[in-house]
This record gives sequence, structure tokens and C-alpha cells, in this order.
Amino acid sequence: MSTTLPLGRVGERVKRVDGIPKTNGEFAYSSDLFAAGMLWGHTLRSPHSHARIVEIDLADALTSPGVHAVLTHEDVPGQKRYGLEFPDQPVLALDRVRYFGEPVALIAAEHPEQARRAAERIRVAYEPLEPLVDPERALEQEPLHDERWTHGHGYRDDPRPNVVRHLVIRHGDPDAEGAVSVSGVYELGIQDQAFLGPESGLAVPDGEGGVDIYVATQWLHVDRDQVAPCLGLPPERVRIHLAGVGGAFGGREDLSMQIHSALLALHTERPVKMVYNREESFVGHVHRHPARIWAEHRADADGRLVSVRMRILLDGGAYASSSTAVTSNAASFACGPYAVANALIESTCVYSNNPPCGAMRGFGAVQTCFASEAQMDKLADALGLDPVELRLRNALAPGDVLPTGQRIDGSLPVAEVIRRAAALPVPELEPLPREAIRLPGGAGNTTRGEGVRRGVGFAVGFKNIAYSEGFDDYCAARVRLREDGSAEVHCAAAEVGQGVTNVILQVARTELATDDVVLAPHTTASVDSSGSASASRMTWMAAGAVQLACRAALEERERTGGEVDVERIYRHVRTSPLDPETGQTTGERSHVAFACAAMRVVAEVDVELGLTRVVWIGTAQDVGAAVNPQAVEGQIEGGTAQGLGLALMEEIQTQGGLITNASFTDYLIPTALDMPPVESVLIEDPEPSAPYGVKGVGEPPTVVSTAAVVAALRDATGRELTRVPVRPDDIVGL
Amino acid sequence: MEVLTPRSLDEALRLKSENPQAVPIAGGTDLMVAINFDRIRPNAVLNLNEVPELRGWSRANGTLRLGAGLTYAEAMREPLAGLLPALAEASRTVGSPQIRNRGTIGGNLGTSSPAGDALPPLLVAGADVVLASVRGERRVALGEFVVGPKRNALAEDELVTAVELEPASAAETFMKVGPRNAMVIAVVSLALRAGEELRAAFGSAGPVPILVRAPRDDADAFPERVAEAAAPIDDVRGTAAYRRHALRVLTRRALDRCLA
Ligand SMILES: Cc1cc2nc3c(=O)[nH]c(=O)nc-3n(C[C@H](O)[C@H](O)[C@H](O)COP(=O)(O)OP(=O)(O)OC[C@H]3O[C@@H](n4cnc5c(N)ncnc54)[C@H](O)[C@@H]3O)c2cc1C
Repeated sequence: MSTTLPLGRVGERVKRVDGIPKTNGEFAYSSDLFAAGMLWGHTLRSPHSHARIVEIDLADALTSPGVHAVLTHEDVPGQKRYGLEFPDQPVLALDRVRYFGEPVALIAAEHPEQARRAAERIRVAYEPLEPLVDPERALEQEPLHDERWTHGHGYRDDPRPNVVRHLVIRHGDPDAEGAVSVSGVYELGIQDQAFLGPESGLAVPDGEGGVDIYVATQWLHVDRDQVAPCLGLPPERVRIHLAGVGGAFGGREDLSMQIHSALLALHTERPVKMVYNREESFVGHVHRHPARIWAEHRADADGRLVSVRMRILLDGGAYASSSTAVTSNAASFACGPYAVANALIESTCVYSNNPPCGAMRGFGAVQTCFASEAQMDKLADALGLDPVELRLRNALAPGDVLPTGQRIDGSLPVAEVIRRAAALPVPELEPLPREAIRLPGGAGNTTRGEGVRRGVGFAVGFKNIAYSEGFDDYCAARVRLREDGSAEVHCAAAEVGQGVTNVILQVARTELATDDVVLAPHTTASVDSSGSASASRMTWMAAGAVQLACRAALEERERTGGEVDVERIYRHVRTSPLDPETGQTTGERSHVAFACAAMRVVAEVDVELGLTRVVWIGTAQDVGAAVNPQAVEGQIEGGTAQGLGLALMEEIQTQGGLITNASFTDYLIPTALDMPPVESVLIEDPEPSAPYGVKGVGEPPTVVSTAAVVAALRDATGRELTRVPVRPDDIVGL
Repeated sequence: MEVLTPRSLDEALRLKSENPQAVPIAGGTDLMVAINFDRIRPNAVLNLNEVPELRGWSRANGTLRLGAGLTYAEAMREPLAGLLPALAEASRTVGSPQIRNRGTIGGNLGTSSPAGDALPPLLVAGADVVLASVRGERRVALGEFVVGPKRNALAEDELVTAVELEPASAAETFMKVGPRNAMVIAVVSLALRAGEELRAAFGSAGPVPILVRAPRDDADAFPERVAEAAAPIDDVRGTAAYRRHALRVLTRRALDRCLA
């Protein structure tokens, strides 16, 4: 996509470059790709959550009409396994399947229907094994993997079977007594990213043994680095190009059809397109970790936190994905944005035969924010204190030390977001009678006001920006300045719908003081890595890289005159790993920076039927500096909706590890009637170490909104509601 | 896949008798989903969209006749909405505007899902389903038309042509519970008509929608009777216990609305 319009400099409200084409249907998504002579790829997947593969018989499939190739693990020429961080996942099942939907074989055929038919003719003899589905029991059961893939990466050595990572953060004296103590057990179901554009892409052989892959992804270069070794190719012979992305939210960090389509393309010497359908998409990517959390908070009589203890158990599913980082993030943010002198946080992620989990917007912080904010409300109640006041008394501030020993040296206006969100006026109660759609139950017409109670909830959350624990997630940008003063920018930063394209153009126009800037296609072929469009980092990192490259290009032109073409790499401050025994940072910091948000929610609940209408949401968010305030508000609204979905309805249900609601008929996401208007206040307290003072904004709203919505439900119903999504049964008390 | 497009009812019935395996398609909002999910692979479809006799609705001698091709959007419009308020309310709960513009009553009957939202209001209105084939026409009470979950009394050469019923002479209403506020399949639904006799029909709380009747004087005991008549199950959308509980609440509220 080469883009010039609309114009705009850093800090201006600019319409999204992709806004109109996406709204009128002209935008080309990865599922719209086409190449002359292309074949269609299809994946045969495991119907079992755990089974041994005894035999695979391809004979009938190979002679099926239109079929050009049927491949199994034996046809993987290079490494048989891959993974975002640990290569524990087979490209195609070797001798065992560990989750429902695990890829077993691939087919390429003239028509997608022929590929599906051929897949039905592959006969796989499975010997079903007992699925390991209870994460608590996983720690005592037979190991799912023969090797301990995540062992020895600087993590605590935990000899128990099926541990992906076990982290203990010990801070001060966790046994310190307080005047009051509250405790609770919390649980979160599996949330899906539910991006609207299912996994899809096109692999085109280059005729010289290499391959070009056009795909919707979050990080082009890390895809390449995983794909190439499995194909047995050097990285430069695999080029990954960004195709139109229909949403990501973490679910496109891991590979889906990249290696598969390339294998088929290289094997058949034809372009191969693969498009998952919705049902397949539910097994085509990792999900948000379900969690069980045990928490105890102690405070003195004035409401100052004395100690926090939390035990977090995350179910990582069959393969590691980014679980080790999620484990650590969940622990890092377990205490919420509050200063606490003593803490004991234990965070464990296990392997199981449940759906694999990995990155999703909020990345571990969502789970612990839900538990920690419920605890803060309980504490306020026990102390007879206003919940907002309690939070203000404990609010973290620059200079404070986190439980990992890291001192906050950047911006973190926790007290300010709390004050500003709390000051937003709550809408008045709408009088009855009302239209059904303005009541809980909505279009269902279930109440005219009977059973309806109103509740107000408040929550605060925070999260890191960029990768942590020593990870070098640098970002490159390349700028070509032509003699006529126009410029072409190359940056591999994935546009996943978050608006990074606009950010790149706004930065370049600002730095080069010209509107004549185009952004070249995002590809591994012309520029170094950008790092992932993840962890609320892409705006910061891309802005940093583009700014550096633009300034270097201007200097270079000053020196040489004529056309210049420069590439620069931007790095954020270095971080250090956590000590495997104490969970303390081994350097100055383990996280780069933080962003926080506070949210106030008004909900009406029909307490007899257990149905909810969220009436209004007001939020104040720490955004550093808004490159494009309109896009920031969009991120806040979207992120809030995703957290609201987890609070009220979104859950992948399983039985014995098999997904039982893999469709948008039964995996429900909020509609326009479920999502209220959001009033957002942007708090601009520039981050000193970031370009223009920016912070990422995509995740804090998701982190906080699940907690804030459930707080409103608790206020309305008087029930504890310790599990999300909250079911009607929980509200009614069945 | 062959597409047969008759231009009259006679032609439609002839084609159906010559091609009994041809699957009728009206709005396609159920059928196309089934095809997309690879649940069925028909060799031929019988496109009913060009059959004028199936469209719209009419009234003769006090009886209403709703064509099989009547859409939810049409059922929501006056004057029909005033004649059948519960059907109009049910139609408002169906899917999204796109689905309400395409989806038909005939298609809802053809699918015969326990969650079909048109079925409870038609049941409390005492509807007959009109079935036709080259052999002739017959009328079947709706309660007998739906014989099981997604199973009905249609013979292989028959089409649903219409539904016949009395306009509401008494207050009636429809309510549907779902875990979000729009675009849901009923976790449980209820239609109630409160005339001389109380009539309630529920969806998604048993293998078929069920009609429960009681004298008007028995209003107090009615919610419990309705809940007891249900045979709900636990599934991904909700629990049996919740469905039974909700039926009690819905019936009580529906009575309050209709007897007020
Ligand atoms: C997004 C979405 C949301 C939905 N929401 C709801 C909802 O809230 N409530 C609800 O009840 N349903 C809902 N549905 C299901 C569907 O819209 C309804 O069942 C609708 O009434 C089907 O009508 P149709 O004309 O589209 O039927 P089609 O799909 O055309 O046909 C459905 C079945 O009936 C048969 N058929 C159609 N017409 C005739 C006829 N004249 N004679 C004999 N057989 C016939 C077909 O062969 C097929 O088996 C939803 C569907 C979708 C896709």
C-alpha cells in the first residue's frame, strides 16, 4: 500500500489513511489476494486434544480430483519445529497431537473445495490419550513434552512436570501484618482475539528456490526467522510482505499458515493461497490465558497497602508461544498501580491439552488487574473508605519502587488519571418507560424496568510498554530523500488497524517539513526489522526510528546534496532480566516504561434475569503525548470494548480440550447495543525517554475495562462475581 | 449446484415434485450458513424468491394469511405489527437489520429450530401451517408441524406456502433472553397471549417450542406451570437451571404486561 493522503503532522487530528477504503469495502485484505495459476491450500487438523498418531494414509487423498500435493511432517525439509520464543511446536504433527485443531497434513488443490474433500480422504489412525485439561493437576501429570523447552533460559528451575515458567517475586517482608486483610479467588475464562479477518495469505515461489509470502501478521521479520529454518532456506530467500490485516490483538504474533503455504508453494512450484474459515480461525491462533488467581491484601487502618500476596496460575495450553513473558507480566502488574512495600507474587504457567494461549491485548496484566481491583474494592469496603480515595492513597508515582525493585523514573501519572476519571460526571438515570434497547436485555424486550438496578464501578490499571526483561526489540526505518524534496519511507511496522501508517507519515512530514511523503510497502525485502506491532510499542518505536532516519537523511543531504537513502535503527533503553530466585530486576529496570488508565463505568443490571446494559464509560488515560488524538480515542474505545467483552460474554468453551463454541454464533462479542459511548480524557504527561513523549495506548483500556465493568456489576447486584465472563447464572445466584 | 427459479407457485410445486432433492431457499439466512459450514451440499436449490404467491400477507373473513416469504422486516411494519404484536416484537429480536430484511417466516418454519423466534408467537396465535404440493394443499397445526429439533412434517414434495392465524384479540407480548443485547440466538424465549385463556409458548427450553394453556384465573400459578412444562438442557448458550428460572421470571413479567 503506497499512501499519500491525508496530510498531517505530529499531534494533529488526522483521518486514517485506510479509513475510507475499509469502510466502503475497497480495502484489500490478505484473504483477497490473488495470483495467476494459484492453488488453494488446506490444513487437516486433529479432532483430538491429545492422541498418538499411529499411521497416516495419504493414498486416497493423493488421487483425489484437483490435488497437487499432500504433505506431512516428513515433507518439512528443514527444522521440524518452530515457535515464537521456543521451538516446541511441530510444523505438522510428528507422532502426537497435543491440542484440538493441531495441523497434521496439508493439501494443495485447484479449488478450495477439492482441497477440503481430499483432506477428508486422508486416513489418520489416532490412539486417543487422556487429555490433560486441569491446570492444577497438570503439575503432577505425565509431561506433555519430552523436552523441557523453556528450561535454562534464565528462568527459575522448576522440576515439576509441565511447567512453562514459574516466577516468584519476593519484595520486602510479605508476612508483614496489617490492620485489615481481605482475600479472594478469581478466575478468567479463555478469551479470543476474534479479529474479523481470519488467518490468510499467499505464498509465491520465486522460481529460484525461494519464496515470497504475503500475509496478515504483526511482525514480518520474526515470521521470516521462523519460516526460513523450517523450509531449510537462508532468511534472505524468504521474503515476507504485509498483506491487509483484518485485526490482530496479539493473535497474529505466532505463525499460522506461513510455513504451510510456503511448503505447498515450493512443493508444487505454484502460488498457494490459504484462508481459514471462522471455525478454523478459533484453532488457528493462540488465545488469552485463562487464569486462576488467589489474592490476599493487607492494609493499615488508613488504607495504606502493607502487603500483597498473589498466586497466579495460567493455562498455556499445548505449546509455549509467548507464555513465559505473559507469566512474568501477570506477576509484574499483580499489585496494580499502587505502592506496596511488601509482596509475594507467584506466577506459574503450565502446559496442557487445552487451546494454546499466548499474546492478547493486555498480555497478563488483564488477568491480574481483574483480581487486584476486586481486592481493592473489598479493601475499601472493609475499611469503610471510598474506593477512589483508597486508590489515591496508594497511587504509584515516579520515584516509587515496584515489587521487582525497579524504580519508576519516567512518567506515570496514576493519581491524575484517578482524579480525572473520578471527576467525570456520571449520566443521570434515564426515566422509565424507555425503549427496550435502552434497558438490560436490549432488543430481547425482557424488561420494562422490572428487576433493574444501577451500579457504578471504578478501576485503575497499568501495563508496560515495549518488550521487557532484556529483549532487544529494536525498530528500523529507511528514508529516501529525492532531489525534488519528496520522500519515501520504509518501515516494516505492521499496520494491524491501529493506525501506525498515519503515525509514520505524520512523523516523517514533521521531521522533513514536507507533505510530500509516501510510505513504501511493508516488507522484509527493503528494510530491517521493526519489531512487533505488540506490547503498545509500535507508535513509540516507529516514531523513534522514522525520526532518527529522517534527521540522518537531512544531515546526509546537507553534506552530499543530491538524493540520499539512509536506514537507522532505534532502540529503547535497555532492560534486564529478573533474578530467577527473587524476581528482582538484575539491572536498573526490567520494563522500559509504563502507561496507566482509570475508568468509571455505569451499568444497569436486571438482577432477576442476570442481564446487563452498560450505560456509560468514562476514562482518563495516560497517553504520554497523542500523535493523532483521534486515533488514540479509537484505540481507547476499541480496547475498552474488548475488555467489556471479556467481562460480559467472551469465552472459548471447552470440553476435554475440544472447543465447543468455535463460531460467532456462540462465541459472542459485543455489538453496538452492548458498548456504550466512551468519554475519554487524554492525559498528556510526556514520557522523557520516548520520541515526542509518546506512550502506547492500545492496551491500558483493555487492562482496566474488564475490572471496571465487573465492579459496576458488583455494585448493582451486591454479589462477589469473581469469575469472568460473568454469566447470567452468577448474577441470579444459581 | 443447480439453481431452479420458478416464477409461479404451480411451477414451484411442479419443480419440487420433479426434483424432491432440491432444497428450497428463501432468504438463505439459514441455508447459506449451513452450506458455508459444509453441513449440507445440495445438488440443487429451489429459489423461492420469484414466486409471487409466497410474498406478503392478506386478510379474509377475519383470518390472517402470512405468505411463507414474509420477512421479519415486513412483520414489524404497521398495520401487520398491530394485528400480531408478539410476532412483531419477536421479529425485532431477530438477528440484525440485514437478517430481518432477508429472513422469512417460511424459512424459520423450514428450519424448525427450537430457537426459531417466529414459532412461539405463532403458537400462541393458534397458527396453522399451509403445506402444498402437486398433490394438493393441507393444513397442519403448528404444534404438529414441528416434530423434533430441526424436524418437521414437510413431505419431500411439499412447500410451506403460508401460515394462517387469528389476529390478536387480546394483549400479547414476546421476550427473548440472550447473553448480549442484540444479535443472539435465544437462550430462552417466551410469547404470551392473555385472552379468556392464557397461552404461553417458549423457545430454546425443550426439543420443540411448546404451548402451555391455562384459564385466565390461574394467572398466579402460570409462571410455575410454564417453567415445569419446559425440558431444557445445559449447552454452550446456557444452563437448564437458568432457562427454567428465566421462564418463571419472563412469564410473570409477560402476565404483568398483558393483564395490566
Ligand atoms: C446472523 C444471523 C442471525 C440470526 N438470528 C436469528 C434470530 O435471532 N432468531 C431466529 O429465529 N433466527 C435467526 N437466524 C436464522 C434465520 O435467519 C431464520 O431462521 C430465518 O427465518 C430463516 O429464513 P430464510 O428465509 O433465510 O430461510 P432459508 O435459509 O432460505 O431456509 C431455511 C430452511 O427452510 C427451508 N425453506 C425455506 N422456505 C421454505 C418453504 N417455503 N417451504 C419449505 N421449506 C422452506 C429451506 O430449505 C431451509 O431448510 C439468524 C441467522 C443469521 C445468519
